[in-house]
Amino acid sequence: MALVPARVSMPSEAKKGDAIEIKALVRHPMETGYRVDSVGQPIPRNILTRLTVTYNGVRVFRMEMHQGIAANPYLLIVLRANKSGELVFTWTGDQGTVITERKTLTVT
Amino acid sequence: MFMGKRWRWLVAGTLCLLPSAIVNAAETGLKSASTFLSEDLKKREADETANPGMLWVIEGEELWNKIEDGAGKSCASCHGDAKASMKGVATRYPAIDPASGRLLNLELRINACRERHQGKVVFPYESEELLALTAYIARQSLGMPLKVNTDGAAAPYYENGRELFYLRQGQINLSCAQCHEDNVGRHLRGDIISSAIPAGYPAYRIEWQTLGSLHRRLRACSLGVRAIQFPYGSEEYLSLELYLAKRAEGSHIEAPAIRK
Repeated sequence: MALVPARVSMPSEAKKGDAIEIKALVRHPMETGYRVDSVGQPIPRNILTRLTVTYNGVRVFRMEMHQGIAANPYLLIVLRANKSGELVFTWTGDQGTVITERKTLTVT
Repeated sequence: MFMGKRWRWLVAGTLCLLPSAIVNAAETGLKSASTFLSEDLKKREADETANPGMLWVIEGEELWNKIEDGAGKSCASCHGDAKASMKGVATRYPAIDPASGRLLNLELRINACRERHQGKVVFPYESEELLALTAYIARQSLGMPLKVNTDGAAAPYYENGRELFYLRQGQINLSCAQCHEDNVGRHLRGDIISSAIPAGYPAYRIEWQTLGSLHRRLRACSLGVRAIQFPYGSEEYLSLELYLAKRAEGSHIEAPAIRK
């Protein structure tokens, strides 16, 4: 398994009311379940099905993902900075996958 | 008088032609596949926080500092900070390994180090770990020009590589040059043919949905013309890699690049 499942890039500081850009890149094969391996056996589906972002415990973003999403999903989210606090990014998926990344934002 | 005027025009014309001829030579030079990417993909390649290949670079950094149980050493134990010690290294590979006298590319050089100094078995070619370490080391030379040595023991490899590049191969009977020299910039199905510059590898290829080595890319070309696919790390591909690197001398390292 990959040592680095996710990389979230965002500014660590922002002015109150500013819109900040968050880039979320996650390492995942997004195996569709439609393919077969070299001996004809079906490869079981293994995709991420949901990304949830919370900002100080409040959900600010949610996205459902299906087989059509490419491997290593990359997402750009725009968020309005209101108060200092923690952002938690949680990807959940097949085979019990849970990937969590935390970032703190200081609002001045 | 009349003739003199014409002569002046001719001289002026020639003077105008000279600089433009130089510009043209630069324009018809080799073209990296990055120049043919869409604007969106170019941006993603240039943005460290969006380039998917950087996931492997980050993993490579962890592997670089990871102490292996064999000899109790990490890469950093001998080489220190890769940002300093590995800067420019990727521009010199493939190169002759003085200990064995064989030509090694970056992947095989990492494995040689692992075997000799870390007391560990080698990573399989194309494994995630080897790709990650290769990408991490190649990244330290970002923007630096390729400059491989083709003298001495490397000369026969270079000659073999050149021969392979111009050899018509496979059922389709095409040489590398027929696409990557004669038809650069033209479409081949969904993609645009580049000059076959090896400076972007390991590269994140959208077709693969993952990072892959140059040899994986060469195998894809061999398959495309229905020719023999040589094994990963084979002498044939190493020779070709050396020839491609020499041919593209001065091209800037783009690893990990994005390819279609």
